[in-house]
Amino acid sequence: MEEIRLMKGNEVIAEAAVRCGCDGYFGYPITPQSEILETLTMMRPWETTGMVVVQAESEVAAINMAYGGASCGKRVMVSSSSPGISLMCEGLSYLAGAELPCLVVNVSRGGPGLGTIQPSQADYFQAVKGGGHGDYHLIVLAPGSVQEMYDFVSWGFDLAFRYRNPVMILSDGVIGQMMEKVVLSAPKPRWSDEQIAEMWGSWAVTGKPASRTRNIVTSVELDPLRQERFNHKLTDKYRTICEREARCEMVGCDDADYVIVAYGSSARISQKVVELAAEDGLKVGLLRPITLYPFPEREIERLSHRVKGFLSVEMSMGQMIEDVKLASRCRVPVYHFGRTGGVIHTPTEVYEALKSNFLQK
Amino acid sequence: MAAREVARTPENKVYSKPRLLTDAVMHFCPGCSHGTIHKLIAEVIDEMGMEHEAIGISPVGCGVLAYDYIDIDWVEAAHGRAAAVGTAIKRLNPSKLVFTYQGDGDLAAIGTGETIHACNRGENITIIYINNAIYGMTGGQMAPTTLLGQRTATTPQGRDAAQHGYPFKVGDMLAQLDGVCYVTRQSVHTPASVRRAKKALRKAFENSMQQKGLSFVEFVSTCSSGWKMTPVEANRWLAEHMLPVYPLGDIKG
Amino acid sequence: MKEEIIIAGFGGQGVLSMGKILAYSGVMQGQEVSWMPSYGPEMRGGTANVTVILSDERISSPIVQDYDTAIVLNQQSMDKFESRVKPGGVLIYDPNGIVRLPERKDIRIYEISATEEAARSGNIRVFNTMILGGYLKVCPVVSFENACLGLKKSLPERMASLIPANTAALQRGMEIIRQIS
Repeated sequence: MEEIRLMKGNEVIAEAAVRCGCDGYFGYPITPQSEILETLTMMRPWETTGMVVVQAESEVAAINMAYGGASCGKRVMVSSSSPGISLMCEGLSYLAGAELPCLVVNVSRGGPGLGTIQPSQADYFQAVKGGGHGDYHLIVLAPGSVQEMYDFVSWGFDLAFRYRNPVMILSDGVIGQMMEKVVLSAPKPRWSDEQIAEMWGSWAVTGKPASRTRNIVTSVELDPLRQERFNHKLTDKYRTICEREARCEMVGCDDADYVIVAYGSSARISQKVVELAAEDGLKVGLLRPITLYPFPEREIERLSHRVKGFLSVEMSMGQMIEDVKLASRCRVPVYHFGRTGGVIHTPTEVYEALKSNFLQK
Repeated sequence: MAAREVARTPENKVYSKPRLLTDAVMHFCPGCSHGTIHKLIAEVIDEMGMEHEAIGISPVGCGVLAYDYIDIDWVEAAHGRAAAVGTAIKRLNPSKLVFTYQGDGDLAAIGTGETIHACNRGENITIIYINNAIYGMTGGQMAPTTLLGQRTATTPQGRDAAQHGYPFKVGDMLAQLDGVCYVTRQSVHTPASVRRAKKALRKAFENSMQQKGLSFVEFVSTCSSGWKMTPVEANRWLAEHMLPVYPLGDIKG
Repeated sequence: MKEEIIIAGFGGQGVLSMGKILAYSGVMQGQEVSWMPSYGPEMRGGTANVTVILSDERISSPIVQDYDTAIVLNQQSMDKFESRVKPGGVLIYDPNGIVRLPERKDIRIYEISATEEAARSGNIRVFNTMILGGYLKVCPVVSFENACLGLKKSLPERMASLIPANTAALQRGMEIIRQIS
């Protein structure tokens, strides 16, 4: 039974979690994502699906609760916004190091420091390049609408378990706070303990049954050579992820002279720029990375042979632009435009930046 | 029958290694309390028939490899976060026996917040707390529990209250919280204290299975290497210096 | 059809909920909609605004520079948004609290004394629905029936008893709005 509702991005994260059979959510209030925890406590899923919802004493505790839940083969989720995600970075490194599946939602805001509570995309580096310590990556998904906020929860859990790796939904205050129509899918049940034992019994800590030897979830290694071997194994996994899972949406790129690369809310704003440019007879396309890690390098590389330039539009001082330059091998000029600190650029501003970079130089 | 074989008959058997202790050679220093406490945990889990239900959470510190020694499912937590990890494991698996095993650096320094809040929420887990008044694994630095005047790698002149504050009596503090059903302070430095400690541990695990709230079992412990003493000296120093500050017995419940 | 609207006023005036009713009315009309609020501490007593877009097509940017319609409910919002109405667009204001009247000549300007009318009716809280009614009279982007359905959908169930008064306010707003220029 599908349902259409008008909902906030944050609210659908909660709705999606319950409907896709999430076992546990652990969170700490922070603007602009507090509606996720608020919606869950309003929904009271512990009375229906049995999903556990805990308001933790800090983001540090929340991510470590997720680590505990994930250790048991359960589908667990945390959410926060930029400063809170910084606190979770230790835990993210441990989750990656222990090869645990987990879904993390970042509804990001302006930084650095306490910064502002308004939307920002300045956590790109933190999300795709690390944040925590060590040779690891998160899989990073960038929803561009409230519907995608909903859909990516289920997709994120699938990826997290397929690769036994934490997955981050990197959203921002625009998508988190805005309301759009969303189609809600029929609820799916949580996994039973038997299903978990069958699917994830090779690693999940469930209480050691007589049928197997003990499972140990850990990221500690005393022998550097063994740690190195493990890191190679992780890297092989990331290579597979890059080969198989990169996704992007391309609008008007086939005959475009200039291509805007933008994700999330910036992609929505940039789509309007494509429309404005078309009205003026300019051939401007939009490439919207849907996965930020893995980054849609192949598509950008392909376009770089043909287009006259790229404009990386992000609500930051320019972070993703580095990946656009790498992917395009710097064959053509790559510029950045973006407001930052919580200021949202308007389509008009982006369009002006595009024209001044490419047409008036 | 040779004398040696006579000695090996079942009637003459007075002691054996607990079934749930693995054959792995322990990395603990001679005279360290960890090994004895591990043994008690293995015995109590086995005697309660909880081998298939137990999930342990090991810390960062000398206890980090607890999972190598006790044959149950284990999760190794980030430094100080075991109580948060345990919270979720128990909430998601209410029928399991969930316990953390943490030292005084892990629990009483970096993990104070997670510890207090798990206690305050009354999570149905047991926290096993090893208080040896020093950081063992990193090489003998001051812990929050270090005694006044005690020399460590970071208090070479002895702990000075004006500069470092006072020995942290975690159990007394946690006993104030409504979510905590049982706080006890034990030791394993004499055979009699080992027997008492085992009873306390069993009571704590039973509380956890009966969903009575959080149980906190502190072990006043030795660190002969960190204290730079022989095992015998360390046991004596524990009795003479640690116990007056950290007296044994039930604090709550 | 595509209509880009800003509703702006003080926090607590029901700006966001007015936008939500409008957006839900669009959903009931089968339109694509987006509702993008300003948020944060300014919601508590400061200025609050929400951008609502109703469209027959997929909506690209939920953030826009200029608006087809601006509904302004205090002086700060008048100062901020009068200049951002597209030429030929609509500006609606409630004179309560407005000390400087709009000056533009290239837009259609309407006044609706909803605060006063709602106070007279004894239920000041329906003031925002009244303004919405006035807006729908000027810009019938959704039908009255769908606006009523949107109203019902956007109120939580425990507030269902408020529907009749709000429906009446929608109607009354349509009657009392008047064109200034």
